[in-house]
Amino acid sequence: MTDLSAIDRRPEAALATSAAEVADFLALMKPRVMSLVVFTAFVGLMLAPGHFHPVLGFAALVCIAVGAGAAGALNMWYDADIDAVMSRTARRPIPAGRVLPGEALGFGATLAVGSVVMLGLTANWLAAALLAFTIFFYVAIYTMWLKRSTPQNIVIGGAAGAFPPMIGWAAAGGGITLESVLLFLIIFLWTPPHFWALSLVRSGDYARAGIPMLPVVAGRAETRRQILIYTAVLVPVSFAPWLLGFAGPVYGVVGAAAGALLAVLAYRVWATPEGRASDVASRRLFGFSILYLFALFAGLLVDRAVLIG
Amino acid sequence: MDERPTDKGIVLTEEQKRRRRARSIAIALALAALVLLVYVVTIVKLGPGAVQRPN
Repeated sequence: MTDLSAIDRRPEAALATSAAEVADFLALMKPRVMSLVVFTAFVGLMLAPGHFHPVLGFAALVCIAVGAGAAGALNMWYDADIDAVMSRTARRPIPAGRVLPGEALGFGATLAVGSVVMLGLTANWLAAALLAFTIFFYVAIYTMWLKRSTPQNIVIGGAAGAFPPMIGWAAAGGGITLESVLLFLIIFLWTPPHFWALSLVRSGDYARAGIPMLPVVAGRAETRRQILIYTAVLVPVSFAPWLLGFAGPVYGVVGAAAGALLAVLAYRVWATPEGRASDVASRRLFGFSILYLFALFAGLLVDRAVLIG
Repeated sequence: MDERPTDKGIVLTEEQKRRRRARSIAIALALAALVLLVYVVTIVKLGPGAVQRPN
């Protein structure tokens, strides 16, 4: 017989009943981040040497997308306390009280294990290992450790966002090669100027939450300088696929045009220290940086299509 | 949200029941998609070999 007297009937226990909509669980997976992950993984998949069945390619992309979503859910589970005090994240499902922390943890952990096992079975275990490492890196290394302890958090943590094209490349049977490492390196170098541009605008938020983002710890001037330095390294490195002959003229032209614009926007951020103009410059750099990465990877894709066609 | 502990345990409101039903449907659809994915991947990877018994 079940002992019904053991059921917790305090009012606060009643509040522990899920009020989550399906959309809240989708929001836990950070769909906007996921879209860039899927796109870069798709490019890695398409660029890798050799042939693979389209169905297996699609299945691999689904696994990578779900793995990225799992990492997002686990990140939101762990970061719920700081999300609650930042205006940008206060409406996320957990701080808003729509999803219980335990639900997010169970959801994220289940999807993480499921996506890794499925990727191993559909593609190969190297790709699955890379996906598992990416999830581990994002959740344990970035979210639990670096984010709250060092202003270099997004520099090192950016590796997690840089792995998807490598996973796609490995899933297609290409292993780990110089080309796939270059794709990794481009996103790795892109992350700091991209994220610091946002953190310049949101530095008050991060300071309130006690997150040691670069503008909070080292100041706005140092952040603007670092944005310029990373952009100055990123743009030449972005030409490497073209110089090494694994990308064609479309990528070269797109990389030159988009790289020049990114450099101009980064320079404007550096040259505009204070006031509303500074915020505008930072927002422009942040917005364009997303387009920049998309354009680079689209250029690679077009070149490959031209090569095959 | 209006939910009070009663002698019958926790009684869900109509809104909570609607959301629970929506979540259940989403889980069912996700499981169906997973079954379909495993089936299609098996057929593609093994081809006719999927139905051949080893000697």
